[in-house]
Amino acid sequence: MATLVSHPDEVRVVAKRFGQGATDIERYLQLDGYKAVQKALAMKPDDIINEVKNSGLRGRGGAGFSTGMKWSFVPKQSAKPKYVLCNGDESEPGTCKDRLIFEQDPHAVIEGVMIAAIAVGSHHGYIYIRGEYRYLSVIMQKAIQDAYAKGFLGKNIFGSGYDLEIYWHGGAGAYEVGEESALMESLEGKRGIPRIRPPFPAVVGLWGGPTVINNAETLASVPPILLGGAEWYARLGPPKNGGTRLFCLAGHLNKPGVYELPMGYNLKKMIYEVGGGIPNGRSLKAVVPGGSSTPVLLPEEIDVAMDFDSVAKTGSMLGSGGVVVLDDTTCIVKFALRTMKFYRHESCGWCIPCREGTDWLEKTLIRFHAGGGVKKDIDNMYYLAENMLGKTFCPLGDAAAMPTMAFVKKFRKEFEDHLDGKPCPFEKAGAAERQPVLA
Amino acid sequence: MKFSDEFETRFSEMLTHYPTRRSALVPTLLYAQDEVGSLTDEVIAELAQRLDLTELEVRNVISYYSMLTTKPRGKYTVQVCTNIACMLVGGEELLEHCKKKLGVGDKGTTQDGLFSLEEVECIGGCSWAPAVQVNYDFHENLTTAKMDEVLDEYKKKGLQ
Repeated sequence: MATLVSHPDEVRVVAKRFGQGATDIERYLQLDGYKAVQKALAMKPDDIINEVKNSGLRGRGGAGFSTGMKWSFVPKQSAKPKYVLCNGDESEPGTCKDRLIFEQDPHAVIEGVMIAAIAVGSHHGYIYIRGEYRYLSVIMQKAIQDAYAKGFLGKNIFGSGYDLEIYWHGGAGAYEVGEESALMESLEGKRGIPRIRPPFPAVVGLWGGPTVINNAETLASVPPILLGGAEWYARLGPPKNGGTRLFCLAGHLNKPGVYELPMGYNLKKMIYEVGGGIPNGRSLKAVVPGGSSTPVLLPEEIDVAMDFDSVAKTGSMLGSGGVVVLDDTTCIVKFALRTMKFYRHESCGWCIPCREGTDWLEKTLIRFHAGGGVKKDIDNMYYLAENMLGKTFCPLGDAAAMPTMAFVKKFRKEFEDHLDGKPCPFEKAGAAERQPVLA
Repeated sequence: MKFSDEFETRFSEMLTHYPTRRSALVPTLLYAQDEVGSLTDEVIAELAQRLDLTELEVRNVISYYSMLTTKPRGKYTVQVCTNIACMLVGGEELLEHCKKKLGVGDKGTTQDGLFSLEEVECIGGCSWAPAVQVNYDFHENLTTAKMDEVLDEYKKKGLQ
């Protein structure tokens, strides 16, 4: 079980039942559970979609697309079955929020899937959980069984005449599968290779049927929206950025943890007040605001509202809610290298710019960090990353390129300090103990 | 080939969840691996036959997923995350410590077959870093001293 934290500034919507034993269906019912879905059954599907649209809920996986809008793209009539797919393949470095939702409140995810299904006229839902989260699959399996036993799932749910089946599905280790089209491939029993779009999943998705794919936190946010109303939810955050979100504070902080804060919460305050500031009297060097794929922010850039639009204005992204804080002892070249090592490992190899780009960038960064860099490497890395942008089937290429460009642009001096065979200014070890250097 | 009753029950139930048999492949591979230790030729042939796939199709899927392996591992696989959030607070030092303590390198297995060591990518323990998974169990907020305790605990359990 992960350790829970709290802070007075928290506004608990998704985390409302955390720490309250809500994995137990009876307890979940006591805590307003399965009320929202019954409300949804009495509503017209279009009214549900409009309610979610008006709430300003945007995709919590990282892209920030309007959830209600996404649902509205699903055709009303379809010869093939329609599906709802919950994306619980959480694996963006810095992100550990969906894990808490599955662990603490699995029924909220089920209820969110149910409402999405009713809204788009689907009778089949899947909850995909990453393979490493085995203990969460066990929790989810029990939650689904309990919901069936109560008659909340299966034929004629809540006596409404509506049939709805929900299953969980486990992954086996792949970041790429968190991308929606690769997720569908994986669920179909294949390698997680992205699909070309259009057609979009809302039209042609799982087994060729129209499919809604939403992140677990997004879906867990839906029941409270139906109960509290779109207006209430929208007002929790700034315009067009409704509600709250789970922020995973990690890195060099006194009080790391997952906190639910209103959208638009100030990042500086998040780091220094909620996260308790930087330990050991050190100072802030940089912040990765929303998972490893989001461009790094400098200390002078962190007085920003953490909502999709405000963070986008800084040239970065709100992303997945993973806030990683770096103190002044961190070597940015090494940090960039570790980031790239990850993307090289996770690139599925389907598109050349991503497969080759991540490999070359990692190799260059290894050599560079070890003291074997030459001046033109710095521009070459930027150029290479720039040429990956927008040239791949899925956003993994962009996810690798964007942070690299930001590291080079914002910390050029630090890259230059690694030149001419000089030892890394942040490494205690001598040059001889480090990686071999290209002649 | 014989799997446990639990495996068989889960497998037959899983087949009812999807419109195609193939869809059960990825989770089934992982459960089979958990029972057998690795995805042996025999397991691959068996699952290919059960899911109407060629062995090549099954191998093609296995090679994609990082948790799936055709090589046997130790009883306990110690998976140390060194990705960014863990790296900042000592993930790499933890990995080095485990290498020394277990006397094996990355992806190595101890001679007694008890432990395998693996450097892994983000496992979702970022706010409780540094994080390690031993098989499916999470161990978080680790120090090298706490890591020793964790490993000793598994060693004791493994030798029983």
